[in-house]
Amino acid sequence: MISPKKLLKRYLLRGVGSLFLVSLATTTGFGAGVTIRFTGDSSGDSGTFTKALIEEWAQKTGNKVEIISRPNDATATLAQYQQYWAAKSPDVDVYQVDVIWMGICAPHAVDMKKYVKEDEISQHFPRIIENNTVNGKLVAIPWFTDAGILYYRTDLLEKYGYKEPPKTWEELAEMAKKIQDGERKEGKKDFQGFVFQGKASESVTCNALEWVYSYGGGTIIDPDKKVTINNPNAIKALQTARSWVGSISPPGVVTYGEEEARNVWQAGNSAFMRNWPYAYATGQDPKSPIAGKFDVTVLPKGGDNGKNAACLGGWQLMVSAYSKQPDTAADLVKFMTSQESQKKRALQLSQFPTLPALYSDPEVLAKNGWFKNMLDVLKNAVARPSTVTGADYNQISTAFFQNVNKVLSGGTSAQDAVQQVEKVGKRLVR
Amino acid sequence: MKEQDSKSPLLRVLFYLLVVVILVFNLFPFLYAIVSSFRPNADLFSTDLFPKAFTFLHYDEIFKDSRFVTGLINSIIVAGCTVLISLALGSLCAYALGRLPFRFKGPVLYIVLTMTMFPQISVLSGLFVMLKGLNLFNTRQGLIMTYLIFTLPFTIWVMTQYFRSLPRELEEAAYVDGASPLEVFWKILLPLTVPGLVSTGLLAFIAAWNEFLFALTFTVTDQMRTVPVVISQFSGATSYEQPWGAIMAASMVVTIPLVILVMIFQYRIVAGLTAGAVKG
Amino acid sequence: MAKEIDLMERQRRLAWYLIVPAVLVVFLVIGYPLIQVLVYSVLKYKLDGVTPPSFVGLGNYLFILTDSDFWHAVAITLIFSVCSVTLEAVLGLTVAMVANSNFKGRSFLRIAILIPWAIPTVVSSKIWAWMFNDIYGIVNVLLTNLHLIPQKIAFLATPITAVPVIIAVDVWKTTPFMSLLLLAGLGLIPGDLYEAASIDGATAVKKFFSITLPLVMPTLLVALIFRTLDALRVFDIFYIMVGGQGNMATMAIYNQQWLVSFLDAGIGSAASVIILIIIMIFVILYTRFSKTSFE
Repeated sequence: MISPKKLLKRYLLRGVGSLFLVSLATTTGFGAGVTIRFTGDSSGDSGTFTKALIEEWAQKTGNKVEIISRPNDATATLAQYQQYWAAKSPDVDVYQVDVIWMGICAPHAVDMKKYVKEDEISQHFPRIIENNTVNGKLVAIPWFTDAGILYYRTDLLEKYGYKEPPKTWEELAEMAKKIQDGERKEGKKDFQGFVFQGKASESVTCNALEWVYSYGGGTIIDPDKKVTINNPNAIKALQTARSWVGSISPPGVVTYGEEEARNVWQAGNSAFMRNWPYAYATGQDPKSPIAGKFDVTVLPKGGDNGKNAACLGGWQLMVSAYSKQPDTAADLVKFMTSQESQKKRALQLSQFPTLPALYSDPEVLAKNGWFKNMLDVLKNAVARPSTVTGADYNQISTAFFQNVNKVLSGGTSAQDAVQQVEKVGKRLVR
Repeated sequence: MKEQDSKSPLLRVLFYLLVVVILVFNLFPFLYAIVSSFRPNADLFSTDLFPKAFTFLHYDEIFKDSRFVTGLINSIIVAGCTVLISLALGSLCAYALGRLPFRFKGPVLYIVLTMTMFPQISVLSGLFVMLKGLNLFNTRQGLIMTYLIFTLPFTIWVMTQYFRSLPRELEEAAYVDGASPLEVFWKILLPLTVPGLVSTGLLAFIAAWNEFLFALTFTVTDQMRTVPVVISQFSGATSYEQPWGAIMAASMVVTIPLVILVMIFQYRIVAGLTAGAVKG
Repeated sequence: MAKEIDLMERQRRLAWYLIVPAVLVVFLVIGYPLIQVLVYSVLKYKLDGVTPPSFVGLGNYLFILTDSDFWHAVAITLIFSVCSVTLEAVLGLTVAMVANSNFKGRSFLRIAILIPWAIPTVVSSKIWAWMFNDIYGIVNVLLTNLHLIPQKIAFLATPITAVPVIIAVDVWKTTPFMSLLLLAGLGLIPGDLYEAASIDGATAVKKFFSITLPLVMPTLLVALIFRTLDALRVFDIFYIMVGGQGNMATMAIYNQQWLVSFLDAGIGSAASVIILIIIMIFVILYTRFSKTSFE
């Protein structure tokens, strides 16, 4: 006579055992195609879109995709990826990578030139492809792009008699001061002329690169590995920016990231803002105080002889060099970066595609009229010197943003700052 | 226990004033967080102290997210096990260090302390390699093991102190009655250290509950992740936006189990020896 | 007599059984990482996936010890630690004594005092950073409305105002840690001691200095050493509130920068070792100060 307890145990064991076998079967995917693991945006609107896109590919090809979520913060994301790469892990096949990580990613990526033909590659913005090519290897395919732009209040410009947005930084300073003084006299004590990102982080590297480049001061380090930052134009650029702090920009701007600047702007408390395109959609939201009262344009030049600058941002997709199924992974990447997929992204999320052709697409323009003016901005976007410095990019960026931040808060002179940055730069590209 | 006898009315008023100051000082940011968690997105950055509009949207969002619920469960398991192991291992070791004859007490205490002397970031990659080697990577057990680095030394030190402060007469009576050292520990001394156990347990639980860096690095799948990491993954429409409302709502939810734990255990913290422990 | 010796032996043996497992756990968990840090610290090792590591002896150490950024970080960390821990000890003891008292609503107080410690640091630091925001922060709004300052201050923009703010936030956050431990420690003090002192006519102040303080000292010392170790390794609160500002980096931020941002395992590990040594110096100072004897 078997006791009921023993009987229960026996059936329990059998039940668990068979469940276990079943789970094994499903994870090894008996006859279910290949399983690709993707890590990238997996939450918020971007995540929802990505998941749907990946599902579409999975259905079409009969494969499965597992999504591994990443932290919202880019630095934390990179740290996570680096753990995988250090362990040469095959656990992830496709990575979503930032535009400035190309040098760091290069050793861990498959050369996408194997999978994408020359004529397909040339359909993307050349500047991005240039940025993504490290020692001849195409490290990642551009997925969506970003660039720094100038936001301005159309209603205020009109009110104070300006017909067009400023063409040079000097014009901007003049306009910002007039508008700021005027608005403050009317009782808006917290009104600012111009807000941007001065926080000691990658944000100010982008902003400052735009200032320096717009005055003809170069890009810190040339693609030929020459350290160019120590020049009179760059110094002038930084001095100009310093002059804004406390006059047309609040002293706290040295702690502002993208969101802090956007808060001031979106509450209606600033005449101008430099930010990424994401603030356009949030600003035009019906509940926003500034809906319908602003527009965007390219950032001003540094003086009449300067150039328009826009810092290149955006994310790319790369196939892991340690992946066990690179061909299938590459197929997923090609699908996600195809014209069709990028068009969907432009329509659903209002984010910038990396294919110039889409900027004249009637459907895209119907939803995002302002994209038309952005085409030129993106074509001429300036990339940070991440590709030339490779794994050392963070060091030069840190030296740059810490020194720029000090200049902005008055802790050091522009001359000393560029000299410091030059020192670090020279040490790195030796 | 501080006596309340014959306190002048003035002192009493001052005392209560102090209590109020402490309460306000401690709770104000918490209140701000609660208020923010109920604010609709458009109002999140307004400077009004009291919300004009009220919404449950953020709480809805986070509970709909299955990762958040999984994260809560994982956090409970990881923090709970960490505390249980620390208290068990720690109090046994502390009893020996605080009460039994042993020649190397000082060295042992300091060896144990070295675990806490490292910045977390220094041991990160070493632990990563070790976890992978022991096949404990991306497991709750692996994470629990790494959490012992900060809970165990602390538990041992505090409990050692506690055991040392207990009067000798208690044990001597028991030994005369023929009890073994372990019985003395279990039946007599340990119950008296409950305040210490509760304090260290609570503090260890909170430390493990809120820990971020190790959780981020040593777990990679949504099934295994704990709640601080899940919160860090919340994003708005784009990765620039911080979903402040959702983060505040999540923080409220995450703080509630801790508050409940404290509510349950707080009266045990102040037990004292006057509970008639010594006979006669 | 024989019975006593026999008991001693059993106790001694039991002690070994109880202590060894804990020590083993220490060695198991921290052993490999410690060895790895020591080994890497003498190598030139960039984690870029291509450059192989090479031996450089004390080269990394020299680099760090001659780096003004490092010493600046040490200074910031020390200033922060000394101020924070002192304030936390004083406030913690005050709060613990209040919470130890017999009054209506003390359960509520005991729960309330733990709240700052219970909220995740990431979240509370962000809340505080927002409250100190230069335009919308509640602190600025209150101070200007009450006409205590002429215009709004960007608190987190420069060290002079930012470091005190960060210290204040840290004190807010970790005083509960001290209070909770001290509360338990206060519970060890027998109530009859106070009664006896009252009968002798001692004032509250005298009671504090001759009964409370000496008897809570052991617990206070333990709380102090752990708080000091935590303060010396501070990272989160500085990182979130003042981010990458070079003149406000702490030792842990410096360490993280080299290890993770700059991908330099050699210098990063050497920095870890140097920081460890600095922390050990504090521990040694602490032992001297506490003069606690271990029989």
